Amino acid sequence: MMSARLKTRQSRTAVGQALSKIILYVIVIIGAVLSFLPFYWMLVLATHSTQTIFHYPPPLLPGNHLVANYLNMLKVIPFWKNFLNSLIVASVTTFLTLLFCSMGGYAFAIYRFPGRNQLFSLMLGTMMVPSLVMLIPWFIVISRIGWINDLKALIVPGAVSAFGIFWMRQYVLANISAELVDAARVDGCSEFAIFFRIIAPLLKPAYGALGIMTFMGSWNAFFYPLVVLKKVEVATLPLALQILRGDPYRGGDYGVLMFGTALAMLPILIAFWAASRQFISGLTAGALKG
Amino acid sequence: MTSVALTQARAAKVSRLWREVKRNWVAYVYISPFYILFAVFGFFPIVFSFYLSFTSWTGYGQMDFRGITNYIELFRDKIFLISFWNTIVIWVAAHVPMILIALALAFILNSGLVKLSRLFQAIYFTPMVTSSVAVAFVFMTMYGVRFGLINYVLTSLGLQPIDWWGGTGFWIKPAIILLFVWRWTGWNMVIYLAGLQGIDAELYDAAKIDGASYPQLFRYIALPLLKPIILFSLILSFVGGITIFDEPYLLTWMQTLGGTNYAGLTMSLYLYTEGFQRGHLGYASAMAYVICFIIVILSAVNIKLFGRPAGSA
Repeated sequence: MMSARLKTRQSRTAVGQALSKIILYVIVIIGAVLSFLPFYWMLVLATHSTQTIFHYPPPLLPGNHLVANYLNMLKVIPFWKNFLNSLIVASVTTFLTLLFCSMGGYAFAIYRFPGRNQLFSLMLGTMMVPSLVMLIPWFIVISRIGWINDLKALIVPGAVSAFGIFWMRQYVLANISAELVDAARVDGCSEFAIFFRIIAPLLKPAYGALGIMTFMGSWNAFFYPLVVLKKVEVATLPLALQILRGDPYRGGDYGVLMFGTALAMLPILIAFWAASRQFISGLTAGALKG
Repeated sequence: MTSVALTQARAAKVSRLWREVKRNWVAYVYISPFYILFAVFGFFPIVFSFYLSFTSWTGYGQMDFRGITNYIELFRDKIFLISFWNTIVIWVAAHVPMILIALALAFILNSGLVKLSRLFQAIYFTPMVTSSVAVAFVFMTMYGVRFGLINYVLTSLGLQPIDWWGGTGFWIKPAIILLFVWRWTGWNMVIYLAGLQGIDAELYDAAKIDGASYPQLFRYIALPLLKPIILFSLILSFVGGITIFDEPYLLTWMQTLGGTNYAGLTMSLYLYTEGFQRGHLGYASAMAYVICFIIVILSAVNIKLFGRPAGSA
């Protein structure tokens, strides 16, 4: 039955081929335009004042209010301080995550120590627990330690992840042989030297992917900063933007708000466009290899 | 005599175990950061949260034990039931169009008929690298009732402008869903594309020789082979979707409790409001456990219905 239907298709002409090609191009280009339109709109608004934004028709081309929006934004939030906070949280979290997860993954992959299987299962089990269950006591712990309004509240609990260890272990199992480790031991390398001098350099691709995932997650995080950071000076960028929006005087100023949003987004967009291959493979690695 | 032998055997076993532990001490050092941090920021909160769910506590003063009252109240709480319904509706209504669009785009890019596939991939992926806050703000300005971009387009076409946040609250969910679809379609597309690229090209060639059209290739070859990948990505996005917070919070922030008629109130948003804004820590903890329970049940149903996708851990 199907082959009969297929036979009628065989008489397709070159014109039909060209036509379907054009249709496909139209579809992917519409998709690309829709993906990009909000960014363009953001950039346009960032250059306008409230007067020209709240006007009919709305502005579709850049205006001349860019510098004024920047100066008005600085009246509400210390943008560069917030930028620095985000940078500190994301970099330190990423560094610690890479260090601890690769150590843990390597240990689970190479060493045969008592309790290994039980500890590993326990770790995998923790991945199944939704973080919502921990949220309220987690907040209580943070406030008892005295880390409300302290960036440590974001860095320390985020310094290692079960997923990261699991992921590193898979990478070590697939790419590093136990003989290599044994050979290094025979040569008199200490255990720490084996890991930091010999193994760690071999983990570069895994560091890259996990690093991008961790850094982006941390840089963009909103919920946990919202819960533990209450002052604008300690806020990370996404939270600072929300504070800017809540400001009674400037909050309704879409030009200022979009300027801040664009400026906060710019570093990650530049990084993404400079290395989109690595970003895409890093950010989908969890889904494709998990 | 036997007891002496037994004791000796046990002692030997213990000392052998101890020797193994000592020989591998480095491994314990390497894995310790996770277990230490988990004990403080994971295990203790999980247990304490369970205890809290049986009390009424505002964070200060006395903790009154009240049995399962919180749980009973929760199931009688209409707002909680609404938030549960909203969460499910938003998840389903966002994922169906997202998967369809992502599949179509992935198939087109994989067909080889369109050049610059890499460039298109990067463009579709861009929304995902930006923060939920930034993206929500941009959409908020597009959703403006009188001066937003979308209503401008609608009125230019002679259509009625949309009252996004008012009326019966009907448009609040579409606003959240549209934002979600825009942000995550590219990510799903890349995953599906990777799956499509793993399909043997000979299969397509054979079907093409038989005269199969592109829609037929899609329907009879690509889709069945992609099924496990689609299911796996669905399971991955399941927990994130059930605990969705940022988008509804940021879009309905001007209003309370998810906006008009609670239309944008998700379970996480309700939990946040109860726990952090109203200080009902016991009630919020009970809610957390119920949400966790729902996730476990639905995940089990998921796995029962579709089975564990091949190739996953």
